[in-house]
Amino acid sequence: MFIDTAAEFDVRNYLRKEMMPHFLCPGCGHGIALRALLWAIHDLSIAKDKLAVVSGIGCAGRLSAYVDANTFHVTHGRPLAYATGLALARPDLHVVVITGDGDCLAIGGNHLIHACRRNLKLTCLMLNNEVYGMTGGQVSPTTSEAMLTTTTPLGNQEPHFDACALATAAGAGFVGREVTHHVPKLKELIKAGLEHPGFAFVEVMSDCTEIFGRKNDLGSSPEMVMRQKSNIRPTAYADSVETPFRPNTLPTGILMRNDRPEYGASYRKAAAARTGAAS
Amino acid sequence: MNAIDTSLKSNTPVKLVSGNHACAIGALAAGCRFFAGYPITPSSEIAERLSRQLPEVGGVFVQMEDEIASMAAVIGASVGGVKAMTATSGPGFSLKQENLGYAAGAEVPCVIVNVMRGGPSTGMPTRPSQADLMQARWGSHGDYPIIALTPASVSEIYSETMRAFDLAEQFRSPVVLLYDQVIAQLTETVTLDGASRISVSRKWASGPREAYKPFATGSDAIPAMAKPGDGYRVHTTGLTHSETGFPTQQPDAVTRNLERLFTKLDKHRELIDSYEAVNCEDADVLIVAVGISARAARRAVEQCREQGLRVGLFRPITFWPFPEKQLREAAAKAKAVLVPEMNTGQLQFVAERVLARRVDAIHLFSGEAIAPADIAARAAALAKGA
Repeated sequence: MFIDTAAEFDVRNYLRKEMMPHFLCPGCGHGIALRALLWAIHDLSIAKDKLAVVSGIGCAGRLSAYVDANTFHVTHGRPLAYATGLALARPDLHVVVITGDGDCLAIGGNHLIHACRRNLKLTCLMLNNEVYGMTGGQVSPTTSEAMLTTTTPLGNQEPHFDACALATAAGAGFVGREVTHHVPKLKELIKAGLEHPGFAFVEVMSDCTEIFGRKNDLGSSPEMVMRQKSNIRPTAYADSVETPFRPNTLPTGILMRNDRPEYGASYRKAAAARTGAAS
Repeated sequence: MNAIDTSLKSNTPVKLVSGNHACAIGALAAGCRFFAGYPITPSSEIAERLSRQLPEVGGVFVQMEDEIASMAAVIGASVGGVKAMTATSGPGFSLKQENLGYAAGAEVPCVIVNVMRGGPSTGMPTRPSQADLMQARWGSHGDYPIIALTPASVSEIYSETMRAFDLAEQFRSPVVLLYDQVIAQLTETVTLDGASRISVSRKWASGPREAYKPFATGSDAIPAMAKPGDGYRVHTTGLTHSETGFPTQQPDAVTRNLERLFTKLDKHRELIDSYEAVNCEDADVLIVAVGISARAARRAVEQCREQGLRVGLFRPITFWPFPEKQLREAAAKAKAVLVPEMNTGQLQFVAERVLARRVDAIHLFSGEAIAPADIAARAAALAKGA
């Protein structure tokens, strides 16, 4: 049952106030995603001392510094590998990875598919803004076809990755997607990911208004967010809405959930069996 | 060349083991409880042994998707408070450099074993080399200090692996263990007496959170580390940071932090330096060598001495930071200095800089070890010419 905790949740209790003002551009969707994450953490009563946030490089990578928790800002593309070591060494911690589309799917793509396959308990929040914003707006693996970036002056000719399809195919135990327009739903999705016993991959459709939006004349942030919203087809609709009414097909919500064995628990169980057998 | 994997079950501590197995056993004795790696010849026996033994002592072994991920996972485990190690060889060592730089900058203790094989690139996977001496020092971008150790026997691989963990923990630094394929897969007797030793653990943050600064200079220049879960909730980053741990580009803070990184090791050289000097006091010819080449050189010294030639050996065991003062002292009276090494001149380069004089060398990079007779012949010629 959905319980509205908006009134009791104060994001400031989870932020490092000394780090404010933040460095995100006006209109950037990353702040909305971070708030949804912290709201989910609040709802689940995860203690800040037991929360570890690992992030990579890029705009999304900078978010860990704002969270009042054990935070690790690591090398480009490597947060999942780093988090794998941390989570295996410290199963008592809740390890959350914040990454971007370039960090996670380009330079970190190998780590993503193996994290999905390994199914270690981690929650990976990938903020997809379709662009390398930090470095000035270059094409990324999720940039839509024909879009202009500083390195696709002819319009992007490469097909874009469907990160959720990739994560599902690689074996992730939990896969979901949401847009920043739906904050309570995004919070609930992240919450479900945090509660999942294995590897959880959550893609947030964010927006880069200042760089990507401006370059492609996509309008203001609300316009970009509304356009994203009109592109989705929530899985909750199932077949109840005929396709002609929702011509766009980007699925959102929980896209995959299975009960494959969690790697850390399996490893510890096998080790205990071995130790027991030896003594 | 097969490494003998002793069961270690008999009561005597003297065992027959290979260099790579000695490394794994030493790591466990030092308290290593996490290993992440990727298969690569000629280092894989370390991973294989630890994959069996770590779970038996409550530790974790994980084979990652690549060398980059292995190094990242090791750092992740170490910031979690667990002593952690990885092992690799040349091409893998190149891939480790990215996150090795992170460990140096963020001051995360960890041990990286590099079993040197022929290069460049894929090189000669089953042949020895000593060509990564410089990469161990300068392999990652930017300025940073590092500790690298060069054991020369199976027994010393065992003891130096334990020392590597102690140094990593004490100085919050990555420590590289450099040895070659010959001693990695050589089998020798080793006295495995490290199990009862008291290993060093890092200094953990204590006291009130408000008073704690993650990268405070302190009297010894080594900041106390905060363990996740202990309530400090600090930020760790590869960006240049101030004493608070948060990113900064403020010139004073940037300068102060990098200076401290170097001071941290410079200030404690008596705890880091290690070397061996054999017959150096009266040496006309001083041989400077490490690893398997130093073993050959030791035999060459004996052969020369039998001929009445005054030849000595200076062997750095801690290779980085290089024992410069000790080498200068050892070479003070020598009329000639000879560096036998399995590369094209890396130790020679260091020796010439440290001694500010011309240094002779034997460079063998054919994938073979240098024979004692070749070193003895060159040393004798130098002694007679001197």
